[in-house]
Amino acid sequence: MTAQTREPDNFSFGAQYQVKKTNHVGQVLVYIFLALWTFINLFPIYWMFTFSLKDNKEIFGENVAGLPKHWLWSNYASAMKTGHMSIYFINSIIVAAATILITLIAALMATYALTRLVWKLSRATNAFFMMGLTIPIHASIVPIYVTLSNIHMLNTYWALIIPYAAFALAMAILICSGFMSDIPKDLDEAARIDGCGVWGIFFRIIVPLMRPALATIGIYTFLQCWNELMFANIFNSKDQLKTLPVGIQALSGQYTTNWGPIGAALVIATFPTLFVYIFLSRRIQESFIAGAIKG
Amino acid sequence: MSKKTINNLNLILFLLPGLILFVGVLIAPIALSGYYSFFNWNGFGPKEFIGFSNYKELFTSDAIGFLKALGNSLLLAALSVFVQLPVSLGLALLLGRSIKGERGFLSIFFMPVLISTVVIGQLWLKIYNPSYGILNVVLTKIGLESWTRIWLGTPETALGACFAPTLWQYVGYHMLLMYAGVKGVSPDLREAAKIDGATNGQVNRYIVIPSIKPILKVSVIFAITGSLKSFDLIYVLTNGGPLHATEVPSTLMINMLFLRNRYGMGSTIAVMLIVLCFAFALLINRLFKEKD
Repeated sequence: MTAQTREPDNFSFGAQYQVKKTNHVGQVLVYIFLALWTFINLFPIYWMFTFSLKDNKEIFGENVAGLPKHWLWSNYASAMKTGHMSIYFINSIIVAAATILITLIAALMATYALTRLVWKLSRATNAFFMMGLTIPIHASIVPIYVTLSNIHMLNTYWALIIPYAAFALAMAILICSGFMSDIPKDLDEAARIDGCGVWGIFFRIIVPLMRPALATIGIYTFLQCWNELMFANIFNSKDQLKTLPVGIQALSGQYTTNWGPIGAALVIATFPTLFVYIFLSRRIQESFIAGAIKG
Repeated sequence: MSKKTINNLNLILFLLPGLILFVGVLIAPIALSGYYSFFNWNGFGPKEFIGFSNYKELFTSDAIGFLKALGNSLLLAALSVFVQLPVSLGLALLLGRSIKGERGFLSIFFMPVLISTVVIGQLWLKIYNPSYGILNVVLTKIGLESWTRIWLGTPETALGACFAPTLWQYVGYHMLLMYAGVKGVSPDLREAAKIDGATNGQVNRYIVIPSIKPILKVSVIFAITGSLKSFDLIYVLTNGGPLHATEVPSTLMINMLFLRNRYGMGSTIAVMLIVLCFAFALLINRLFKEKD
């Protein structure tokens, strides 16, 4: 649009010369900027890994930013045992796994009804579910807390799993719809002719073909549960049920003056995510893009 | 049973799990929050209906300090839009130009988004630690000892110290969205503009940025609503202190609920947050439409 209204370029020779010149200096500046930003992003993570293996003497003066002189793996042992990180880790896994499973089942079924079955209110219902993308979790915290406490479900895994699944649902349906619309409807038709009912089509055709969607939703949902603090902090106060974010908060209160075990706890909580990211970086990035751009 | 009833039954069965979750955990509680906000209630005893008193108190009481908290989160929103998003856009435009190492940079810049905010918060607590934190240590080492501060413990610096990691953590998120948009711009268009003598800056200004406008809109909406809702990092770093200098609506809400047992007032803050988020989302949609 605006490009066309520009004056025709009469000095293309000079312009080209200028382009080259700025490009050269520009290129160097670009890489300096990128290198600087890389440093700002990697340094805290590097620092976390190194201080998780140091004792206070090194962290507090002798060797603030270097690699540890003595690799103190005992920090990890104390974080795991005295700091209960092993319990928190398992809790986080249980909560995340159950949330992912419930989200996937509910989202697959709902998306199938919304996009493959023919009925009047399908569009309206879809729009209704999509409201979930903009509702902040704050909105429901008081009623959920009161209800959970009335039915004595505070301090259970379910107190986190059900809210997490509900809040992950809108995004999961959104991602599912995108993938499901890529499956040709002819397949449904062929299966119907072969005598499949709606459930047969769902289980034999749709679910097996939705595997890539499941991975995308699984990753996205995993990150939401793994990192969530507000609900976890309020709904589960018992030590045996805490997830990693709340557990780390507890542990850092316990080890205010001994930084090594805290560093170890931080690494333990972060390591699985980064490990998966190294192998699946593209897919993880795609799951974030799919969620935001289509929404 | 007729075929039609079977179909309807199946339809309901397919929708049921999702609907139960969604209505039970999201929709009904919002209605309940709205309902609670008209009551004076400690969560367990009898509720006393007080009309709009909670709302009135929220906006007029200095003791609660909601307006200050809201101001803080709006400041964060402004910083997100005018500092964080430009940095993200700059990175996205640079990487989208297909430079060397594009994928590597992208993956590194996105990494902080994946790390738990609690972990990031704990790390920055250590970075800001007045005696041993790396920030003060480095300042001392390079001869700027007078610049060292008790970053999170002084009201003047605490807010900035909380905002810095918040802004930093999500640069990568917005960058990724914008990068996806930049990559969607047809290479032919870019090439054609280059042949006509356009500089990289001009290509960005007249071709790339206009075509990724829908994504910029999403980013602005996320940045603003995210700032209004911000909780985790501030909770970990200062929990609203010192002297309420870093209070935001979410920390106020949690304190109302679990320190003062004021469930009605806590719900009122929740309702205000929802209303503000939706209002800003609508406003930004409108603004972007007018520009077209």
